[in-house]
Amino acid sequence: MKLKSLTSALAVLALSAGAVAAAEDSELIINGDIEIVTRTKAPAHMENIDEIRSGWTFRSEETQALQMDDFDNPGMIFVDQARETWDQVDGSEGKSCASCHGTPEEGMAGVRAVYPKWNEAAGELRTLEMQINDCRENRMGAEKWGWNAGPMVNMTALISVQSRGMPVNVAIDGPVQEIWEKGKEIYYTRFGQLDLSCANCHEQNYDNLIRADHLSQGQINGFPAYRLKNAKLNSIHNRFKGCVRDTRAETFKEGSPEFIALELYVASRGNGLSVEGPSVRN
Amino acid sequence: MASGVKPRVKVPKSAAAGESVSIKTLISHTMESGQRKDGDGNLIPRSIINRFTCDFNGQNVIDVTLEPAISTNPYFEFEARVDAAGEFKFTWYDDDGSVYEDAKSIAIG
Repeated sequence: MKLKSLTSALAVLALSAGAVAAAEDSELIINGDIEIVTRTKAPAHMENIDEIRSGWTFRSEETQALQMDDFDNPGMIFVDQARETWDQVDGSEGKSCASCHGTPEEGMAGVRAVYPKWNEAAGELRTLEMQINDCRENRMGAEKWGWNAGPMVNMTALISVQSRGMPVNVAIDGPVQEIWEKGKEIYYTRFGQLDLSCANCHEQNYDNLIRADHLSQGQINGFPAYRLKNAKLNSIHNRFKGCVRDTRAETFKEGSPEFIALELYVASRGNGLSVEGPSVRN
Repeated sequence: MASGVKPRVKVPKSAAAGESVSIKTLISHTMESGQRKDGDGNLIPRSIINRFTCDFNGQNVIDVTLEPAISTNPYFEFEARVDAAGEFKFTWYDDDGSVYEDAKSIAIG
């Protein structure tokens, strides 16, 4: 019995070592043009990790390759769909996104990299989704999109594409500091019947296998992410929800203050990595 | 007609005579298998792309039969030898009778 558990432990070690070797020297350059920083020095506020790594470095070579060319990246289908939505007039004001922002290339460069961001006029921290809905409601006079609705996730992908290759750089001081602290507290709090915090898997055990899954650092620089398991783009909060559910806890809702705080904190753990969205993950 | 169907093709602009070029195609399509049920328990009817072909200057390069188990947004990558300049024609056939087409020219040099 003892021998058996020892050999299976060895097998796990060998497997995870193999997975590391596959990704060790690979570099991500999209379309042979956009260089993506997938490994860099951790930001100063992180106490327990020296090097931060994009989720891309944890995936198999085949999955990694899908992200190297936009034609192969299935997430780009949804970006094309959002491009059509961008020009469509909606709501009582007779406006489309393009009426104020011009082309996505002109209007949205660098935006993804700094969100979630404090909005002074509204006195609140806003994620990309909240900002899009504020535009729809107050500028266009259109109906809000659901947090996870197709057009919403696709639009965040279109906006992310305009910042690809730029370093994530969310502010964590000033008016947002309190929210950031709250996010950090959630990150280190154990939830659910399995009694797991985000840190248990993504800080203490990244690069190890949890059953068949190769644990990443849980970075969100690649979101929205096209997941091979459900063949669509997935929002950050949707992924958070999946993780919390997997601890067998009652999850927070998409767009809840808890997840907004957590998004700010997790985004800040990726300060320095490149914006990658839409990324391809399994 | 299934909604949101859009073919995409990637072919190099030019090639040396006799060179094999890599061709990539992708069509956005739900590929409804006919096995799934909707919220009320009714079977969702099958609606897939059932055939894909590629011709070069009238000569067939590839002819594929697609089955319901093929997932959303079918993607094909294949190689074709180019002996002379010409045009690749791509055709996708939908269960509902729709035919989607795209074409790309390639030069020699």
